[in-house]
Amino acid sequence: MFRILKQSLKTGVVTEAAPATDDAELERLGIELRRHVHARLGRSLAIRQVDAGSCNGCELEIHALNNPYYDLERFGLHFVASPRHADALLVTGPVSRHMETALRRTWAATPIPKLIIAAGTCACDGGEFGVSYASRGAVENVIPVDVKIPGCPPAPLELLRGLLAAIAPGAAPSADPGDHQND
Amino acid sequence: MSRRDWLPDFLARLAAEHLLARAADEALLAPALRLVLDPEDWGAAAKVAAHIGLRHAGVWADASEGAGVPASFAANLVAGVAADLDGEHDPQRIAVYACLEHLGGYLVLETAVPLERPVLPSQTPHYPGLDRLERHCHDLTGVVFQGHPDPRRWTRHQAWEEDAFPLRTDFPTAGRSGGRVPADADYPFLTVQGSGVYEIPVGPVHAGIIEPGHFRFQAMGEEVLRLEERLGYVHKGIEKIAEGRDPEGLARLAARVCGDSTVAHTWAACQAMERATACAAPPRADWLRALMAERERVANHLGDIGAICNDVGFSFAHMQCARLRELWQRRSRELFGHRLMMDAICPGGVAADLSADASALLQADHMALRAAAIPLFDVIDDHPSLNDRLITTGHLSTAQARNLGCTGSVGKASGLAFDVRRDCPYPPYDMLEVVVPQESDGDVAARVRVRMTEIQESLILMDRLIRTLPTGKIRVPLRPAPPGAVGLGLVDGWRGEIMTFVRFDTDGGIARFFPRDPSWFTWPALEQLIMGNIVPDFPVCNKSVNGSYSGEDL
Repeated sequence: MFRILKQSLKTGVVTEAAPATDDAELERLGIELRRHVHARLGRSLAIRQVDAGSCNGCELEIHALNNPYYDLERFGLHFVASPRHADALLVTGPVSRHMETALRRTWAATPIPKLIIAAGTCACDGGEFGVSYASRGAVENVIPVDVKIPGCPPAPLELLRGLLAAIAPGAAPSADPGDHQND
Repeated sequence: MSRRDWLPDFLARLAAEHLLARAADEALLAPALRLVLDPEDWGAAAKVAAHIGLRHAGVWADASEGAGVPASFAANLVAGVAADLDGEHDPQRIAVYACLEHLGGYLVLETAVPLERPVLPSQTPHYPGLDRLERHCHDLTGVVFQGHPDPRRWTRHQAWEEDAFPLRTDFPTAGRSGGRVPADADYPFLTVQGSGVYEIPVGPVHAGIIEPGHFRFQAMGEEVLRLEERLGYVHKGIEKIAEGRDPEGLARLAARVCGDSTVAHTWAACQAMERATACAAPPRADWLRALMAERERVANHLGDIGAICNDVGFSFAHMQCARLRELWQRRSRELFGHRLMMDAICPGGVAADLSADASALLQADHMALRAAAIPLFDVIDDHPSLNDRLITTGHLSTAQARNLGCTGSVGKASGLAFDVRRDCPYPPYDMLEVVVPQESDGDVAARVRVRMTEIQESLILMDRLIRTLPTGKIRVPLRPAPPGAVGLGLVDGWRGEIMTFVRFDTDGGIARFFPRDPSWFTWPALEQLIMGNIVPDFPVCNKSVNGSYSGEDL
């Protein structure tokens, strides 16, 4: 117990230590993000992450958003376990054909209005994998996308910036089910 | 004992069984030796190999044009072999390869089957770890493995027809149908019946931020009676879209086989291409590659140790490890240009040099990580609530691990200390002493200990790499590949041995790319080690193994 306390005390709160060049921007982005989250979504944005065919690189960086440096939850953003709890889907990867139906069903299970964010170069335009017998390429080839966050993989700050763009005024959540409703 | 002392014994036993094995030009797939077999002897040879304890490192087939031994090399072979395998004279053949290893010595078995009737005895009855590799091979190339105990599809879901094989020349890369692909709803899972037995289907979309796959549990009360995995959800056609790429293009693709092992996979692919073209990366590039590979190992182990602790509710260690990993990744971006060091390795060398003041920074980093990690690892190693959850949980015996061919931390925690860096060293590890941790308990706690030790050993290795970093060029142009040139890459990634096969076509492009991630052998290990554990311990067991979905689905 004492060793744990010692280590914790010695480490301190890294979230607020802001000497690195990135961190000022992190704070600025975070505060702006929180403002939008409050205004538009009533204090919290619930995100369901869906890997639709990624190489796992994007997942590592999305994970990093939860580490003590970025600590996403303090801005009112959190990852939820079910699409039924989600305001937004954060989709990574080119959509593999084997995940196509699962992605459509996840999309259909997410209540309207919903935001669809394509994270990573593959999700934005198919990336290195493109369209093939096994891949549908970009996420927008399968479900409607509101915001794209390019990067291979996007770094945590780029993800934050993208999330901000997703809920900034002007980026209307997709309410129109279009022809994507069912699989 | 040298790395190949077992070979005469193996050959003698093959001869005793009247199996005709012909040695072929050994420079082609160096460091592996090659043996060409008749197709009908394929299964029996595996039986002999299993009998003397060789490890199977995977099977793959090459069904594209010109597969088999190319004409330019065939002259080196005895006439009979050339006639059997010369793909250029008889394009209607599928070449099949199997890689074996023992005591650090590698041997590749080769054969060829006619495209019209591609039937080959299965090696799975003698090597259970090959089960899914052979099914994958069938789904993509159409080779029928006779006597395979489980003929169900594996990588194929519903995106292509049962009688279509994507890796054949006549299969268009774009596929044959553009329609929506339905869910693979009628996959015949094995079922368990009995009073009180219930089934838990999980996935492909999981509750966390993880890759997709399906797990089918049969449980009674809290106890797992059986687990069956169903992967293939992130199959992106990597082997097919590799065809025709230039070496740079292949390196970029290899970097995305499995994002958490991007350095190791790129290295293995570049090593294979460099061996195929007889082109060695300059020493400084080798050192930088190793430095990055060790950084990748440390980053992933840190993340996983934290996640394992988190899965049993010990968030202190999770946060501490996440913090250390983040600092580590930021330094990677600063010095190597990318947080995961993606695309930092390229054919012929590395993409960017390390700046002059980087050495001091890195050495300070290593000291800082050591100072932070040692007290943290002390806590993790003997914290009562962690011990309670991790010791005896998810036990994999040495026999099970050996049977499946597990390498990496899963094998090391179950008594198999194989490590390519030490046992079949490639530059720069041939100049370094690599200490490989070995544990015998085979439980989650042992896998955590292996990872903690590997972090500390990697720090020592990295310090040594920095101190001995050669000067000079970081990249040489890759020589043009002779038509049909083949190469084998063998690299130890943080998950274990990565084996990559590359064959060039006649225009210097890629004809065949097969990266074999160690996860092929650790996913089945998860099915075995979870048995008898409680369902709520599945996440921690899974994380302690941490197989790659993308690396296996390809």
